[in-house]
Amino acid sequence: MKKLNYDIVVVGGGPAGSMTAWRAAKAGAKVLMIEKRQEIGSSLRCAEGISHKGLYKVGITPDPKWVSTEVAGARLVSPGGHLLQIDEKSAGNEVGMVLERHMFDKYVASEAARAGAEIMLKTSAVDVIKENGKVTGVKAVSYGEPLTIKAGCVVAADGYESQVARWAGIDSTLKPTDITTCFQYRMTNIKHVQDYCEFIIGSAAPGGYVWIFPKGGDTANVGIGVMLSKLKKPGEVKGYLDKYIAKDPRLNCGQPVEAIAGAVSISPPLEKCIADGLMIVGDAARIIDPITGGGIANGLLQGMHAGNVLGRCAQAKDFTEANMQEFEDLWRKDMENRLWRNWMAKEKFVTLSDKTLDSVIQTIAEVGVEKVTVYNLLMAIKEKHPELVKEFEEFL
Amino acid sequence: MIVSIEKCMHCGACVGSCPQNAIYLNEIVLVFNDKCNRCGRCVKTCPVGAITMEAKK
Repeated sequence: MKKLNYDIVVVGGGPAGSMTAWRAAKAGAKVLMIEKRQEIGSSLRCAEGISHKGLYKVGITPDPKWVSTEVAGARLVSPGGHLLQIDEKSAGNEVGMVLERHMFDKYVASEAARAGAEIMLKTSAVDVIKENGKVTGVKAVSYGEPLTIKAGCVVAADGYESQVARWAGIDSTLKPTDITTCFQYRMTNIKHVQDYCEFIIGSAAPGGYVWIFPKGGDTANVGIGVMLSKLKKPGEVKGYLDKYIAKDPRLNCGQPVEAIAGAVSISPPLEKCIADGLMIVGDAARIIDPITGGGIANGLLQGMHAGNVLGRCAQAKDFTEANMQEFEDLWRKDMENRLWRNWMAKEKFVTLSDKTLDSVIQTIAEVGVEKVTVYNLLMAIKEKHPELVKEFEEFL
Repeated sequence: MIVSIEKCMHCGACVGSCPQNAIYLNEIVLVFNDKCNRCGRCVKTCPVGAITMEAKK
């Protein structure tokens, strides 16, 4: 069997994996990134929204080659049609521009390659190699041929599937209330609002929302996420979206040009993202925002920290958990509190009826929240509906 | 478990949702290993209803 040797092997060529590979290679490490699919950035499993800040934080300048369209902010629509319009700077990590992920993912991977990382496509990890309790590589299949890849550190960037971490003994299993199942069409010939990302909440998408993310002109990503615990029949998610589109006059005149499926975690982050010879990043580390379901910005930022720390570890040839602790400290400082708070807020919001959601959105629109962060949302609701926020008073 | 190749969109939703880590998706082929305890979570998770549970023998 063919054997390869690297400082670092990154499993998964999404934004978090490519960012890790980029930074680690830039710091001089010998890096291999493997991607099981035949094309980086495909197939798409994303609504593609990100804020300008999300890119700025990791030193990426927006490029028209992979920015599909710029948006001014977000529109939150309640079940009864009450509208809350929020500008970009208040709307969080996912609103500001809509990417062309087919191109964006290739851009980040290309930067990794330019920094010296090697990339193998159609190469999928099938197990981790462990020696004396330490992860020392992965077993893979590349273009159908078995392959052993030994490495000082394996980076699990394998997305929602999160199999590498589990093979290595770190439990990333999710509860049914922490899973959102999704379906999305790229629709064309529709009459949506072209400069705002729209989120429609309530029983149209139980425990989740319907989204309309503009892709320029008369085209948009129209998708839905429904909480797994609220699903009763197989294939129900696609049914919910079809039903919504049929009754929205802006959408039922349109046609799909692409259909995608997927799932996202809406859980707290993993308690531990490192072990001897192992680092977990991106969706695999469960760092998706539990309220928005967005993960590109978090994945990029966490990947940047991972790559920087791994670059240092590679120089010392020391990939022990103790030496990688800096990675945990850095990314948790950036986002852990927010992820936990948003998870708790999600746990509450999914229990609200359409009537309450109408009242809440109306309240906030009236109060005129300047900066609609989850914290400010809760404060505004508290004023008119103290009974709704009792359970997480301590966060306020 | 039975996978409909006509319905499956190779998205991996079932893989990440499986409590036993018993499903493997190699680009387009979905394979269940013997850790599968027929809990049925994948059946509900699949956005397009591509997975069904075969009747017990």
